[in-house]
Amino acid sequence: MTLDLPLIWAVLIATAVGLYVLLDGFDLGVGLLFLFARTDQDRDVMMNTIAPVWDGNETWLVLGGGGLLAAFPLGYSILLPALYLPVTLMLAGLILRGVAFEFRLRGRDRGKRFWTLAFAGGSILATLAQGFVLGGFIQGVTVRGDAFAGGPFDWLTPYTVLVAVGLVAGYALLGAAWLMLKTQDDLHGDARRWSSIAVPLVGALLAGVSVATLLVHPQIAARWGVSWQGLDLARLALLAPIPLLGAAGLITAGLGLRRRSHSAPFIGGVLVFLSGYLGLAAGFSPYVVPYTITFRQAAADPSALGLMLIGAGVLLPLILGYTAFVYWTFRGKVTPDAGYH
Amino acid sequence: MHLDALILSRLQFAFTIAFHIIFPSFTIGLASFLAVLEGLWLITKQSRFQTLFLFWIKIFALSFGMGVVSGVVMSYEFGTNWSVFSAKAGNIIGPLMAFEVLSAFFLEASFLGVMLFGWKKVGPRLHFAATCLVALGTLASAFWIVSANSWMQGPSGYAILPNGHFVATSWLAVIFSPTMPSRLTHMVMAAYLTTSLVVGAASAWQLLRNPEPAESRTALLMAVGMFAIVAPLQLLAGHWSGEVVREHQPLKLAAIEAYWTTKTPQGLTLFGLPDRDARKTHFEVTIPKIGNLIEGVSPTTALKGLDAWPRQDWPVVGLVFWAFRIMVGLGLAIIGLGAWGAVQGLRRRLFQDRWFLRAAVAMGPAGFVAVICGWITAEAGRQPYTVYGLLRTDHSMSPVGAGQVSASLAVFMVVYAVVFSVGVLYILRLMAEGPIAGAAEPVRGDRAPGTPLAAAPDQDPGAPIPPRGGGQ
Repeated sequence: MTLDLPLIWAVLIATAVGLYVLLDGFDLGVGLLFLFARTDQDRDVMMNTIAPVWDGNETWLVLGGGGLLAAFPLGYSILLPALYLPVTLMLAGLILRGVAFEFRLRGRDRGKRFWTLAFAGGSILATLAQGFVLGGFIQGVTVRGDAFAGGPFDWLTPYTVLVAVGLVAGYALLGAAWLMLKTQDDLHGDARRWSSIAVPLVGALLAGVSVATLLVHPQIAARWGVSWQGLDLARLALLAPIPLLGAAGLITAGLGLRRRSHSAPFIGGVLVFLSGYLGLAAGFSPYVVPYTITFRQAAADPSALGLMLIGAGVLLPLILGYTAFVYWTFRGKVTPDAGYH
Repeated sequence: MHLDALILSRLQFAFTIAFHIIFPSFTIGLASFLAVLEGLWLITKQSRFQTLFLFWIKIFALSFGMGVVSGVVMSYEFGTNWSVFSAKAGNIIGPLMAFEVLSAFFLEASFLGVMLFGWKKVGPRLHFAATCLVALGTLASAFWIVSANSWMQGPSGYAILPNGHFVATSWLAVIFSPTMPSRLTHMVMAAYLTTSLVVGAASAWQLLRNPEPAESRTALLMAVGMFAIVAPLQLLAGHWSGEVVREHQPLKLAAIEAYWTTKTPQGLTLFGLPDRDARKTHFEVTIPKIGNLIEGVSPTTALKGLDAWPRQDWPVVGLVFWAFRIMVGLGLAIIGLGAWGAVQGLRRRLFQDRWFLRAAVAMGPAGFVAVICGWITAEAGRQPYTVYGLLRTDHSMSPVGAGQVSASLAVFMVVYAVVFSVGVLYILRLMAEGPIAGAAEPVRGDRAPGTPLAAAPDQDPGAPIPPRGGGQ
């Protein structure tokens, strides 16, 4: 039996990035909402809901980056120079919010206030930058002779601004819904309010980004069977479950909010992200550098892919297992008096 | 323009990696120290081990956080600034780094959560297991990253494709490249020494103020034991590493020792100012003929000088020469400190010898300086190559302009300056406070309830220095 190694690795890395977006999405989302909390005690609780897991969540981003280098070195070597500035800003944001978890505890008055702002500001910066990375990726990268050949600000267009704003709304929804899941009393009520603002906002932005994505590159429109000549219904029908999944997610979140469910909004948010992610993937696959280099062209040597598959085959199930164990350990509501244990 | 972006990229890489290495070289050792403390506490039930564990875990959490975020930067910098290197060496370096993420980063990150926050959620045995897994993760991380770096220092087990890309022909030879075993040993010992110097300094500081607490006494004894045993072994490991350099990177050796010409035998230059352009060392203090002895080769063997290679292949001789000497000098000072401490310990005078305690405090940062100098020797000594002898640094760079690189360099310098100065301030503040006996759980506010400090006003009027960047 011969394994299609490039395909397996494309799926694995896409899964890692998708997991990253969901997992760090909710903890970045908590950061986005940080300044809206009423009291410092609420902020402590908000941080406590993610403190034990954020580091593991962010590791999926390192796997996305490191895995891309390992499995598709050509893709990595073109995309990162193309997205140089947003990647730098993302890293700066992640540094500020990452150290804030511990620094905020150690600071006295001024220090604590500064790291509160740094946690919120870093989360906003990282989210916006990830939106620009995503938008810059979807709109396509200029490539000549296996290298990036565009300008330093190619990633900054009206389309990418829309994607970045959309991602902020999306992460805020995940964060608010996560807080509904993990908190009670006043903070839970605030989180419910934030969620009910985020749901229609996400719905509108998702629709806006979807339409804009069809316009941003003819390849994507063709994939969805949309053109000025009319609609190719057969193609559209094939992909229709993806937007329907998004709609189902929004409805789940909306109804959940109305019925005062603690968990339905989070499930709805996850479905919305899944739909958005699959929708984009349907537009740009099989490219690892849209729209010039496919994952097969960018794939590493079979010896590298094979060795890593053995490693990943052993280690990934373990990782998923102990990640689940950690989430299970920290299940349930976080209360103010529980503090940091 | 291209050269500018190259120099800026090199500066950025040097800056971000020098900043990053500070934290792993501390947390690798500290994770193991914490595992030992928790194990001793579980076995002996003596409260001093618990107190020490609960104290050092706070410092671990602060340092580990800084290590994580500065490490994420590194994993993206290969692409943003060194994309040609990534494309050409990705087949080999990529899997090694992927293994680091899969076997180390997830393990550390996941069980760190249990270690810091799981105190009441899991039993003591499971908590101890989490601590051990974090320690294991830090060591696995060191293994893979030193493996990747060693392959760049002395590549083996590879072939070069027509398009210039490297591919592995033997993964065992790639992972265990010739310089890897000695460099991994040297690095892990360096991490243990760095940690024990910090633990020793913090404990000595407490004992200078109050010689009674059992916690600080125990920690100082453990640190002194570490200096006394590991520091001499580290000298041997360093020598082993040097022999490997002589065999696989003779040009680097010539730069380290400032051998300008090939000689039989070489001298040993202790000090001086190497001048690449004049091809000589100014104000040199050289002991003739003993170079071969120091390098462990017979006096009749010719040791190659820099003149054996074209000038454009030389590293910056002065930098490598001095970085190496500072590292060795500090290493010898650590051996001296260990011997002094061991003698005073055997005479039961360790805690009364105030000069020893002061010296231990002064040597607190020595490990960090030595580690950074060691890495400068290794990395600057590898120049002008990224993959030694095969891929030049100026052919490894991304097609990015100087404007972008100066912007990112400025961002990292500002962010790191804030993070580093505040982080160090918070760590020093904790160290000044010292371990608090009787703290029964890792209370993670800045002062534990039930201690005298808990009642203290929040803003201490006599507070030494406000956190930089702390104002709004």
